[in-house]
Amino acid sequence: MPTFTYMTRCDGCGQCVDICPSDIMHIDPVYRRSYNIEPNFCWECYSCVKACPQHAIDVRGYADFAPLGHSVRVLREEAANTISWKIRYRDGRVKAFTFPIRTTPWGSIKPPSAYEAPGADAMDSPLLAHEPAALMVATLPSLPPFDPKRG
Amino acid sequence: MGFFSSRKIRFVDADILIVGGGFGGCGAAYESRYWGRNLKIVVAEKANIERSGAVAHGLSAINCYMGMRWGENQPDDFVRYVRGDLMGLVREDLVFDIARHVDATVHKFEEWGLPIMKNPETGRYLREGKWQVMIHGESYKPIIAEAARKSAEVINRIMVTHLLMDRTRANRVAGAVGFNVRDGAFYVFRAKAVINAAGGASHVFRPRSVGEGMGRTWYAPWSSASAYALLIQAGAKMIQMENRIVLARFKDGYGPVGAWFLLLKAFVTNACGEHFEASMLEEMKALVGKYAETAPLPTCLRNHALLQEIKAGKGPIYMHTQDAIDTHEKETISWEDFLDMTVGQAVVWASQNIDPKETPSELITSEPYVMGSHATCSGAWASGPEDCAPADYQWGYNRMTTVDGLFGAGDTIGGSAHKFSSGSFTEGRIAGKSAVKYVMDLAGSPPQVDEAEINRLRDRIFQPLATYAVNRNEIVAGSVAPGYLSPLQGLQRLEKIMDEYVGGVSMFYVTSGPMLNRGLELLRMLAEDLEHLGAEDLHQLQRAWELHHRVLTAEAVTRHTLFREETRWPGYYYRADHPKLVDPDWHVFTASRYDAAENDWQMSRLPVHHIIA
Repeated sequence: MPTFTYMTRCDGCGQCVDICPSDIMHIDPVYRRSYNIEPNFCWECYSCVKACPQHAIDVRGYADFAPLGHSVRVLREEAANTISWKIRYRDGRVKAFTFPIRTTPWGSIKPPSAYEAPGADAMDSPLLAHEPAALMVATLPSLPPFDPKRG
Repeated sequence: MGFFSSRKIRFVDADILIVGGGFGGCGAAYESRYWGRNLKIVVAEKANIERSGAVAHGLSAINCYMGMRWGENQPDDFVRYVRGDLMGLVREDLVFDIARHVDATVHKFEEWGLPIMKNPETGRYLREGKWQVMIHGESYKPIIAEAARKSAEVINRIMVTHLLMDRTRANRVAGAVGFNVRDGAFYVFRAKAVINAAGGASHVFRPRSVGEGMGRTWYAPWSSASAYALLIQAGAKMIQMENRIVLARFKDGYGPVGAWFLLLKAFVTNACGEHFEASMLEEMKALVGKYAETAPLPTCLRNHALLQEIKAGKGPIYMHTQDAIDTHEKETISWEDFLDMTVGQAVVWASQNIDPKETPSELITSEPYVMGSHATCSGAWASGPEDCAPADYQWGYNRMTTVDGLFGAGDTIGGSAHKFSSGSFTEGRIAGKSAVKYVMDLAGSPPQVDEAEINRLRDRIFQPLATYAVNRNEIVAGSVAPGYLSPLQGLQRLEKIMDEYVGGVSMFYVTSGPMLNRGLELLRMLAEDLEHLGAEDLHQLQRAWELHHRVLTAEAVTRHTLFREETRWPGYYYRADHPKLVDPDWHVFTASRYDAAENDWQMSRLPVHHIIA
């Protein structure tokens, strides 16, 4: 389905255009609001729906297999680190779920350059960054030399 | 100089260029910064790295985690599992290498803030299956993207179309070219090393769905085969390109089934309520011999059993979700499984009044995809880990392809299945460290690009805009013009050829030598017609180059399928003229090398070494 944009809610900010992995949310040159230019290349990934500050983007299931009358709405809140879903069935049943999305503050990841620089000899070892400590086992597993007679 | 000689050019000089900011690219960015503190590291991303690649949507599980710290699994166990699933043919050195590092990757993800579910009784990660752990993964990609952005300069909305080769040294990479999908600038990247971490391929074979639903392919519609085409154009040796994958998933929505099978223990029957898989063992043995006795049953053979039932008229095939959900907790976890990674499946259920707590759901096999990271291993022939790869599997730098300075990760690297998200990031890390080493060893020998070649590529890349602008005036309106094909029209031709001649869904995945040869004739004409692609705008220009990448990859798939005269993976595809697995002849990797100048493909076999007992 693709996504579509409600005319009265969109203010043309372009955040959906900026985030869409498929490059299919564009701004209509006449109405200055976004729309889905290529619904058959929409994965229903909801990236634009989640990113829209106006909640102006919704999804209507793919016309070739989804009967009408459903809705799957979402609210993603980075401050609370939760995502909340409300699913409305064609026959009116409703389900609601909330899940965590992250355990640490956004922006808190320590960049690799903030760690002590590895020694020059470490370059020739098979160990990667933070190993072996990050493996949480004493040593990196290895194999005995390959015996061509066996393989 | 042509229509676009006044186009804006941006030169970007880098020590390491990473093409694609998915999980492989993010891992490469992080690791190359860790080892190369003073290097210039650039990621060229086709979309926005915050939500790009196969995990843009999110994921509900990490499918590659050993759990060595709890003694759960060891890397050699994983190699045996992956080898069995791929019917004996994997690069065991590469699979082992990912397995021995992947736990550190996952522990880092948890430290960065990825919520990994815990088993309340043991305190360990909650296992979905032997290799999988459950996560709250809606923000999996944004979290990993944050780490990548802190490691490298990320340039979003760059469609990389070609790699650049060194002017002075044959078979050495010197960078890449492409264009900015937003402002149309021509980008020339000059780099000492390039890591191709672009995506595999959806939309090479015709999807089951039509109209709008063709967007709901199982693999992302933006995975446009750049993982392969960039390398093929550059003359890198490719392997196992015939090893396309077909997925058994919930019908139409293609929602994941792993948690249902492994965690919730749901079972599958035909329409008569019969469990059919076990009863087919003898028939499968007749086709593939001892491989039918592999435990767990290989993915392709499970597909095969399902297909046989459908062909016998015993469908629909049902997953009995209603018997698996007996608590509120299980209902919640089953819904999160979809909402984290395939919202479209929830849309299908809501629209068709299917409550999995009450009603079973149909399973179907998908259209084929070309990948190197799932239960399949198409991709480049790459140098293996120095300390454990056999001598003929290594030539200097881990994860370097047969082109000097050109590395790969994720879907790009062949022979190494079951990487998934964590393994692709891990392979990016391995390639990142190697590329730093390559650049340091290379000190004082920067790449030399050829100005004439850059100009030639610029004219070629933007030609579809000119073709459209010139020929559009010939017609009144509409989509039919004698002077050009739209990218979508070309894509639909490709999908039809591959579907009908190379083993797509309409043929129940069956092909043969004569069918493949006819397919190659039609692909050749399609490749010629790509010179007449017309692009109305920059978005269509992106689609045009995605199509170029898909068509070249499709030709590789077809040639490899023709070369391997056996049916190695029934359930992925069938060579009707060679219906059985033939180990004496074909316990090998199929390999190809494309010579762009001569438009010639050289096919060969490479040995499969078993380094793990």
